[in-house]
Amino acid sequence: MLRVDVAKQLGEFSLAASFASEGRVTGLFGASGSGKTTLINIIAGLLRPDRGSIVIDGETVDDTAAGIHVPAYRRRIGYVFQDARLFPHLDVGRNLDYGRRMNGLPEDAAQRKRVVDLLDIGNLLDRRPGKLSGGERQRVALGRALLSKPRLLLLDEPLGALDEGRKLEILPYLVRLRDEAGVPMVYVSHDAAELRQLATQIVMLRHGRITAFGGVKVLTSGV
Amino acid sequence: MFEISPTEWTAILLSLRVAIIATLVATPFGIALAWLLARRNFWGKSLLDAIVHLPLVLPPVVTGYLLLLTFGKRGLVGGWLAEHLGVVFAFRWTGAALACGVMSFPLLVRPIRLSIEAVDRRLEQAAETLGAAPWRVFATVTLPLALPGVLAGMVLGFAKAIGEFGATITFVSNIPGETQTISSAIYALIQTPDGDAAAGRLVIVSIVIAMGALIAAEVFARRATARLHGQ
Repeated sequence: MLRVDVAKQLGEFSLAASFASEGRVTGLFGASGSGKTTLINIIAGLLRPDRGSIVIDGETVDDTAAGIHVPAYRRRIGYVFQDARLFPHLDVGRNLDYGRRMNGLPEDAAQRKRVVDLLDIGNLLDRRPGKLSGGERQRVALGRALLSKPRLLLLDEPLGALDEGRKLEILPYLVRLRDEAGVPMVYVSHDAAELRQLATQIVMLRHGRITAFGGVKVLTSGV
Repeated sequence: MFEISPTEWTAILLSLRVAIIATLVATPFGIALAWLLARRNFWGKSLLDAIVHLPLVLPPVVTGYLLLLTFGKRGLVGGWLAEHLGVVFAFRWTGAALACGVMSFPLLVRPIRLSIEAVDRRLEQAAETLGAAPWRVFATVTLPLALPGVLAGMVLGFAKAIGEFGATITFVSNIPGETQTISSAIYALIQTPDGDAAAGRLVIVSIVIAMGALIAAEVFARRATARLHGQ
């Protein structure tokens, strides 16, 4: 459960968005410059809203009226960026364990194995990110976010930096993630086809405003 | 014959000790300051930056004199330290280390600051979303990625510290066995009628130490860079 009602001014650009989603995968759809990344960064706690509130899983993580702003590192969210952002000085295994260590969670070999198998990254564990392909990097980034045991997974165009072939390589993993990992996701994309495959609910953004909200069929209603 | 006399050895070992202690003690402060200058905006930042660089542009004798006024036995800080903590800088090797630390500080801070500025902030953000509190982001991401700069700063600082002369001799004088470093020993020797050979030996030792430091810096930097680029 995610409830968002925020406003943010960034230079000329203004964002004002309000929605509540129960969906397993909430798709944030819009052209570049529509405010998708700004919105997801606000949900992550990397940006502070000028006004408004955010509730994740019943916990208020932002409420400007009440002076609440939970910093990103205490939100227990996972964030997969378009550019993977793996730590170059750590091998894949230690990248994967980073979130667990930072959150002080006990080792969970079974969970780690599940995620490693789900994403097929078992043969990469000793490698450095510099030695991985774009698709491999993105899979590791997914695993790293999952293993921090988030209550909400944010994905900002995770396929955006990949060519068509690589996209098709990752997409099945995302479908499996949706169906097996049991973590609600917010999935940002400007690709309607991608969202049609993954999302259960769509928030359509344009120039910083929500223009449509509903099931995946809003993608075909031609806004 | 290249035979180093006991007095020369004393000066060499003292120089090494002074420079190593100065570098090791200054490094944590240097890292903290470099981080502040690289990552934070605050009132008086330009002023702080200027003060850090001051020893680089002030005549060393001025820095030494200011140290004497501040950390001398009757100085504001020196008097307090001597009375309450029993730490004395005036005319001691510790004072030489302090002078060297202050003089080499700008050279130590600069590469660290540049390398912290070069760390991709998006990686720090990623660490934050994974649950790392700010200080842990620094310890596990920023600092390891800035390590080549830290090592470069330490080596530069060390090289500067071991050659420091003006501020040291002003602050703690030139006492054999206590404050007479290689530089001040060379200075004393070339003013002595038969000192040329000994001075020459110490000159060669200085060159060897300096070259060694530069080569070490290069090796460290290369290893660290390879590590960071994920090879």
